[in-house]
Amino acid sequence: MIDHTTVQKVARLARLQLTASEETLFTVQLGDILAYIDQLSELDTTGVQPTTRAVELSNVTRPDVRRPPLDPEQLLSQAPQREEAFYRVPRISEP
Amino acid sequence: MIAALPQVQYEMVIGLEVHAQLSTQTKLFCGCPVEFGAPPNTHICPVCTGQPGVLPVLNQRAFDYAILVGLALNGEIAAFSKFDRKQYFYPDLPKNYQISQYDLPLVQHGWVEIDAGEGPLRIGITRLHMEEDAGKLVHAGADRLSGSTYTLVDYNRAGTPLVEIVSEPDIRTAAQAVAYVQEIRRIVRYLGACDGNMQEGSMRCDVNISVRPVGTEKFGTKVEIKNINSFNSIQRAIEYEYIRQMSALNGDNPTEVIRQETRLWDENAQKTRSMRLKEGSDDYRYFPEPDLLPLEVTPDLLAHYQAQLPELPIAKRQRYQSEWGLSPYDAEAMSNDRTTAHYFEEAVRHGAPPKLAANWVQGDITAYLNEHHQRFEDLPLDPGGLAELIQLIESGTISNKIAKELLPELLERGISPKALVVERGLTQISDHQQLIEALQQVLAESPQQVAQYREGKRKLAGYFVGQAMKKTQGRADPQLLNQLLSSLLD
Repeated sequence: MIDHTTVQKVARLARLQLTASEETLFTVQLGDILAYIDQLSELDTTGVQPTTRAVELSNVTRPDVRRPPLDPEQLLSQAPQREEAFYRVPRISEP
Repeated sequence: MIAALPQVQYEMVIGLEVHAQLSTQTKLFCGCPVEFGAPPNTHICPVCTGQPGVLPVLNQRAFDYAILVGLALNGEIAAFSKFDRKQYFYPDLPKNYQISQYDLPLVQHGWVEIDAGEGPLRIGITRLHMEEDAGKLVHAGADRLSGSTYTLVDYNRAGTPLVEIVSEPDIRTAAQAVAYVQEIRRIVRYLGACDGNMQEGSMRCDVNISVRPVGTEKFGTKVEIKNINSFNSIQRAIEYEYIRQMSALNGDNPTEVIRQETRLWDENAQKTRSMRLKEGSDDYRYFPEPDLLPLEVTPDLLAHYQAQLPELPIAKRQRYQSEWGLSPYDAEAMSNDRTTAHYFEEAVRHGAPPKLAANWVQGDITAYLNEHHQRFEDLPLDPGGLAELIQLIESGTISNKIAKELLPELLERGISPKALVVERGLTQISDHQQLIEALQQVLAESPQQVAQYREGKRKLAGYFVGQAMKKTQGRADPQLLNQLLSSLLD
């Protein structure tokens, strides 16, 4: 099931810093959640298609038409940091 | 390209990932305009900046283009496909994930035929999928990432529709890689699905390359090269990487190592440099995008798209050769882009012999267009006019030389060549009496040359004909002049 190493990896991927006690706590909690969900595998799903949607719809699209003009200021003004028309973010390293 | 031949012969194994930006008005999942060079952050909205609670909706035209490109690449269109989230943290992705397609791409198992000068070669296409582009980062405080103190982000490009086309590792040389990308570019441009502009980034290319001893089956360690934005840099990046990897393998350069990594092509330094080591693909934690519904392509829908496919460049190349007798070179030149092909075909349809039409189109007309920064669709002279001009030469009404002199005015004014020839009084003179008079005048003016000619200096015939040509402002029929000259002198 879930061990410390997995929790550490998930935390690293999610950019979360966990204390040792949090790590233990989440190892137990995530394990419990997965064990709970795992009850579903008691069902025989042979021949059942995996589902990717909750409603029987597909190909829902919109026409290639421009939206009415928006004021980008509404979005930019909510940024924690900006520089003129740009969003400003801390110095980054390559992904 | 290789200075000294190594003892062991190595070959490259190359696979390419081409990203083509679809020529839509709006982004893939929102109605923001797609426009190159717009002021920063003017084409953004809650969807493409990843605000909470928004829902993406697929652009129908992007879906149409992706299917058409898939069909043109001889691919199998999936009856059922879906979008997935690819998670990674980087500020060019405001949502912290990119909407892409993972295990059920729209297209699989395609191929294109290329010819890099060694005969036809089929390059397999593993898959084609739709995805959204990321935003643009501006690294402030330095011209390169390493020295920057902070980063500015422009999300205008975020959400722009792309197709990613992944080839099989079927490519063995830099020339084949270039030919492959050129053919993909021709195809997407024919479809109008992408403008193919590599400078503006509407077509981008990543190269996966490894090297192995010739005759072995096992692939070497694969390196990915990014940041390649011209055909020239595809060629040079591959050549550079081939030599780098080979020198690591045969020990010529002990400090060089081949690791599974991403390298950047540095256009200024003309070399690749290490960017980052590859993480395992499971780190992206793909999962089905819950905000978008799946895509289903029924046989009826597929037939609807198939009916829209135009004749593709390779079909035109083959037809121009087999039906119209063009050389492979001419056939390629005439089919390179759709407007050239259209102009050429229309000229032929109006009666121009294909070879002659091809010569005019790729010679004088293309030179004129380049000089005036025009395109075939802007040209006032329609293809019927070109056919008419060629017929005037063929029927002997005007000489080839006069036709070339008339061309710029014809192209500019778009008037009928016949009308212009009459207007200028330029019809070729084939009247015997008129030509004999011109010749007699020339002979009378050049007694010395006539004497020399009679003593056996036969080459002077050219001189007499030239002089007679001058007297007729170049309108004399040169063949007839020659015949008449010998009847006068011999």
